Amino acid sequence: MSGLNNRAGGSMKSVGLSRFAEQGSPRDIEGAISCSRRDFLRGISGGVAAAALSAFSPLRAMTVGKNQKAVVVTFGGGTRDEETFMPDGRENIPHLLKDFIPQGTIFTQVVNRGILGHYVATASLVTGVYETFNNFAAVSPDNPTVFEYFRKQLHRPASDAWVVAPSNGFGLIGESSHASHGPGLGAGVILPKRLLAAAVPANETAGYEQLLRDNYESPVYAPVLAVSDEQLHQMAQLLRVSVADFSAHARSLRSPDELSVYVAKQLMQQLAPSLLWITLHDIDVAHAGTYSLYIDAIQRSDRLCSEIWNAIEKEPEYAGKTTMFILPDFGRDSDTSAGGNGFQHHRTGDAYSRTTWMIVKGPGVRENLIVDRPVESTDLVPTLGALFGFSPNFSHGRALPEVL
Amino acid sequence: MSATPLRNEDFRSYPPEAQVLVARNLTLFQQLPRAFLMLLLREIIAYDWKFPAERDEIERQLRYLGSLKTQELANALSPFAKIELSPELEQAEWISNPSHFSERFSAHLWATHQIDGFSEAAENYIAAFNSAVPEKAALASRLGLVVIGREMGESSYPLFRKLRSHGTYFTAVDRSSDYKVLLDVVADRAHRYPVPYAHWCIYGADAAAPQSKQVASVSYFSLSSVRGDLIRKMQGSSASHLGPEAMRTRLAETDPAAVGMSGQNVDAVLSHFSVSVLSEGAGTQIYSTTFVQWTAREALRRARPLTLLAKFAPRQTEESADEELQGIQKKPAFDSQGSLIDADMGAYYTWINLQRLSGAEDSAFLAWFEGHNEALAISRSLAAGKECRDKVSLAEVLHRMQSTT
Repeated sequence: MSGLNNRAGGSMKSVGLSRFAEQGSPRDIEGAISCSRRDFLRGISGGVAAAALSAFSPLRAMTVGKNQKAVVVTFGGGTRDEETFMPDGRENIPHLLKDFIPQGTIFTQVVNRGILGHYVATASLVTGVYETFNNFAAVSPDNPTVFEYFRKQLHRPASDAWVVAPSNGFGLIGESSHASHGPGLGAGVILPKRLLAAAVPANETAGYEQLLRDNYESPVYAPVLAVSDEQLHQMAQLLRVSVADFSAHARSLRSPDELSVYVAKQLMQQLAPSLLWITLHDIDVAHAGTYSLYIDAIQRSDRLCSEIWNAIEKEPEYAGKTTMFILPDFGRDSDTSAGGNGFQHHRTGDAYSRTTWMIVKGPGVRENLIVDRPVESTDLVPTLGALFGFSPNFSHGRALPEVL
Repeated sequence: MSATPLRNEDFRSYPPEAQVLVARNLTLFQQLPRAFLMLLLREIIAYDWKFPAERDEIERQLRYLGSLKTQELANALSPFAKIELSPELEQAEWISNPSHFSERFSAHLWATHQIDGFSEAAENYIAAFNSAVPEKAALASRLGLVVIGREMGESSYPLFRKLRSHGTYFTAVDRSSDYKVLLDVVADRAHRYPVPYAHWCIYGADAAAPQSKQVASVSYFSLSSVRGDLIRKMQGSSASHLGPEAMRTRLAETDPAAVGMSGQNVDAVLSHFSVSVLSEGAGTQIYSTTFVQWTAREALRRARPLTLLAKFAPRQTEESADEELQGIQKKPAFDSQGSLIDADMGAYYTWINLQRLSGAEDSAFLAWFEGHNEALAISRSLAAGKECRDKVSLAEVLHRMQSTT
């Protein structure tokens, strides 16, 4: 929080530090960030600006049906332009640039006007409403989630909507406390770390430490061993993988996100849910202040997105009928924001920490299209609603016609 | 949000000098909106352990506020007065523990979408008081020196990429250049400008510092036992499932004496600073590169030094840090490649933070990769965005910067 001590005594403009300082208000800066991202993307991909299109044909309307599937991947622990869509960041996202941008639509100005904490921001993404609960509280979202709309209105079974989330704190993200929806209508939530913690005896965690790390804002590992043996074996049956195989495979992985993607791929093979939400979280290692680990995590997330898309292409249940959405939950503080410490945190609420992007790829989605009008992160749920054919009545967002 | 009646006895838990400051300004404080006063008290409660520059800033604020007529004061602080508190916050104890209250207040501002308005109000207020009661000009131009330790090893990583457009990039610095050259510069400036806490040496490992009372020296190595105590405190909080916010609050409440930093020979101001770096900085307890970057940032922000030397050393690997946090580490393993990237970013951030201080346009900055050929120097006397391939010693680079050092 901004204090009253002087943190900005020197003139930042005088040394040309603040890339967009001369743009003025936060909304002006958000626009400038978007323009910069758009210009960069045009430079590398020759992308077409959406503004150049006079109208949108209703491609999606012809293809909506029971076969439609969607996979949403969020980069929990947001990324900044500096390390992604600016020239120096290009080396960190080769798969997004090569495999996604030319074949998909990118929104270059996705603004999150809510609380910039990962759990509450993810809750806002899944409800389409800026949730306002304590980020560290173990509570369900107040408003109906996308999973509840999906299941209730389309009469889908519980097996058709799943969340794979990185942190033990995300255990209640699958369904809301809303009176008209709530218990029994949400998505199943798998917390791979909790599964692993339950699968590995407490005295044999050596070699798994890097997978069990939970909350990067509080670096001490604090497992919540709330999974019973029965639940563990049920989950093993569901995923068709033995506890022993799960543990053994986990040992070969480097990070919690790799474990999440492994579990997500098992889910896709065994249950083929139509709505699958995967929250990556490795990037949030930035809170430790180690730039190199933050960069490693962005590169890993980029690679994992490609792996997920490859899995979509490979699985007959998904190939040719799946739309993939990739978006950070929000950004991180700018280098020049006096109240922050650059990439390390997302505490200032400055335009950089609020403005991010979204890539959409799949059948019917326009290729190589750059949309630089401002949209909000709450627009995702109505877009999924239009894609599947349900009405997210309580959502405050608006469907994005550019990908429908 | 209305002003609150206050009495001297409400501040009995404050340290002695802070109590005197409060007593002297109680009438003024009674006119301030709570959202504003709470933040001011967060600074005042630690007044006894503040650096001279911080004390000066608090006193300038009080002079500025005290100089305003009643209506002017109300107008200046009206954005703070308009902030709405929840009933719980209205009832909460805030005078004796303003830091704890401010955490809850911050969460409230975010949840009620008042954070942007509050940030804007704070920025406008800072600009107004700095304009009305300006900071005194620095005694000399400031100098920032960042050393990337030779232990980082060879790498193809493009060093100083973010700094190059601001200064001259030297690519043929004599590899045998001695680090002692920089220590001599610090010692010389400390001798010429003998101001308390105006000259700093910050180390990611253990290193020799100039033997001078005028040089504040902090190292990751020398704080090992304090780090250990804080990590154990974190483990205790974790075992109690207190949650990240409560853990942060508990860490921030750490008294230096509780982690072995007390006694007649201990500099109370510096020990409070060191503990705050380790208890309030994320990652500073386990990664030496983070420790150096954050310590340099905090030293620049708080002490506003004339000279700052920060030397990065290899940090431990992520796996090794996990072992340390769990209390099962036998011997740390180091990540020299990752540390180089961290240190490079740390150098950039140190320069940015130097630029935030008064007199930034006259300051000078050097980042040097010890034992290698690369250095980046920024000063009025050097061209920006230029690469220099001359074979030069470190002393020669300093000489070329000298018009501002």
